[in-house]
Amino acid sequence: MIHTRKLTKNFTVKKDTVEAVKGVDIDVAPGELVAFLGPNGAGKSTTLRMLTTLLRPTSGSATVAGLDVVADPAGVRARIGYIGQGNGGGHSYRVIDEMIMQGRFYGMNTTDATARAKELLTSLDLADLAKRTVIKLSGGQRRRMDVALGLMHSPRLLFLDEPSTGMDPQNRANLWEHIMRMRAEHGTTIVLTTHYMDEADSMSERVIVIDHGAIIADNTAARLKADLAGDLLAVEVAAASAAEVRGLLARAAAEGELEEHAFDGVVRFRLRLSNGARLAPELLRRMHDAGAPAQSLELKPPTLDDVFLELTGRSLREGAEV
Amino acid sequence: MANTRVEQAEQKPGLDRVLRDTWYVFWREMLLPLRDPFSLVFSLLQPLVFLGLFGPLLGSAVGAPAFGGQSTLQWFLPGVVVMIALFGTSMTGSNLQYELMTGSYERILATPLSRSSLMIGRALKEWAPLVVQGLLISVVCIPFGFVLHPLHVLFGLIILGIFGIGLGALSYSLALVSQNKEWIFWGVQQTLLFPLMILSGIMLPIEAGPEWMKVASLFNPLTYLVNAERELFAGAVGVDTLYGLLAAVVTAAVGLVVGIRAISRNTN
Repeated sequence: MIHTRKLTKNFTVKKDTVEAVKGVDIDVAPGELVAFLGPNGAGKSTTLRMLTTLLRPTSGSATVAGLDVVADPAGVRARIGYIGQGNGGGHSYRVIDEMIMQGRFYGMNTTDATARAKELLTSLDLADLAKRTVIKLSGGQRRRMDVALGLMHSPRLLFLDEPSTGMDPQNRANLWEHIMRMRAEHGTTIVLTTHYMDEADSMSERVIVIDHGAIIADNTAARLKADLAGDLLAVEVAAASAAEVRGLLARAAAEGELEEHAFDGVVRFRLRLSNGARLAPELLRRMHDAGAPAQSLELKPPTLDDVFLELTGRSLREGAEV
Repeated sequence: MANTRVEQAEQKPGLDRVLRDTWYVFWREMLLPLRDPFSLVFSLLQPLVFLGLFGPLLGSAVGAPAFGGQSTLQWFLPGVVVMIALFGTSMTGSNLQYELMTGSYERILATPLSRSSLMIGRALKEWAPLVVQGLLISVVCIPFGFVLHPLHVLFGLIILGIFGIGLGALSYSLALVSQNKEWIFWGVQQTLLFPLMILSGIMLPIEAGPEWMKVASLFNPLTYLVNAERELFAGAVGVDTLYGLLAAVVTAAVGLVVGIRAISRNTN
């Protein structure tokens, strides 16, 4: 569905050339759900805008839905749907009018466009607002309308740029429910950008981590976490057993460092284990056998933020908007 | 996988495609006044106010000889029509500015609509009310001695439409260039509008002015347009009409070239 080779975008800002995207190779198969994850300014949106023909690549190639983005941008646009960061509905327009015009822009006739618009407004809980002007909609309603606009022509490939930025958790969940339903019904290929790691984690099957204009990881969220981060294990033992346990843990965690804090006669150890959930029971047994039983144990599965931290040495949260 | 070089030229959409897309863009723009017809009523009042309040002053201030033997109204009315066209189509970009600030321009840019249709459709929307306005004020002025030549007037409005496409495209480009600095749009638009208007003899006959103004007016495309409209509204078709048509076509061509460049520069 998408193939890019050495896709590059440079911007010139006051005679300085900024490499926004540095020769990325991306392949997306039909039906995939892929998230571009990275901090603001990483090049996610720039990549997306090149794939949707809104930006012309500086060099490299990109084929989207079978067509080259530079040779046939109008053809690409006809085959994809794009939901940008802003609100797509014109402020003074009625919701239904914008929907029908959007269908017409994609070559649908008025009858089909009207039927499709009503269908989408119903499934996105906007049917009662069809004659409302866009400016009178709430933020969540506008975002749902953006999704409706993007789906008017039933694209096989849908791009979403930061779909849920600025939405409250309930609206986010609601929006995702709609997107996932569309996908289940039509097998739509979906590519989205996000800087919400939990969103990339829970919604996407595949995460492409982008930083400083380059792809630094590309895999399922589960694999990325297992390979790159591992579970965070915290064990508390009596101070008297600390030396024993330190030895055991050091052997279990060949790589990575072992942190320890002592307080009130208790020592708390923290370490990362790539297979923590499986290793923990065995570890507890050995500690028990060594006469150094655990007083408490905490096991935390990794997040994509841990992955990003491992890859870049920075937290994704630092780069994210407040 | 296609390994197309980046330098390869874009496929140009066919004329039928551009016309169809233009109609869609025009129609979307027209939905605003159609859904809110009151705005049309006000836009009809404005030229009447101008004719009613400025016309009489003009007649007594300048004196009949400057109008080439025509009645003041016959001379002034075509000027007012050109003025409405000028104000209307040069505002094309201002409506675009709102859509640039939200995401709706980008949303439309991501549809397969041809780029020229985005400008032409919007410019034509500013021109469309002019047809109604022009005919209406002409009819209203009949009791006051204005002689209406309907076909000539219609032809004059079409020439204005062609000119409007050019001016609209320029206004559109200006809005794109001044994105995120909205005041630049207004600054440039207002700064250019009034000298162009005065130097074309819309409000007052340029013949009454000093020599340098007459020379300057020769370099103003609007002058030819105003002269053409005056000739047509007087019920004649002659050299002035031809020059006016030419000025309109040149303006349209320049506007579209500049506009298409502005749009594609925006994607760089």
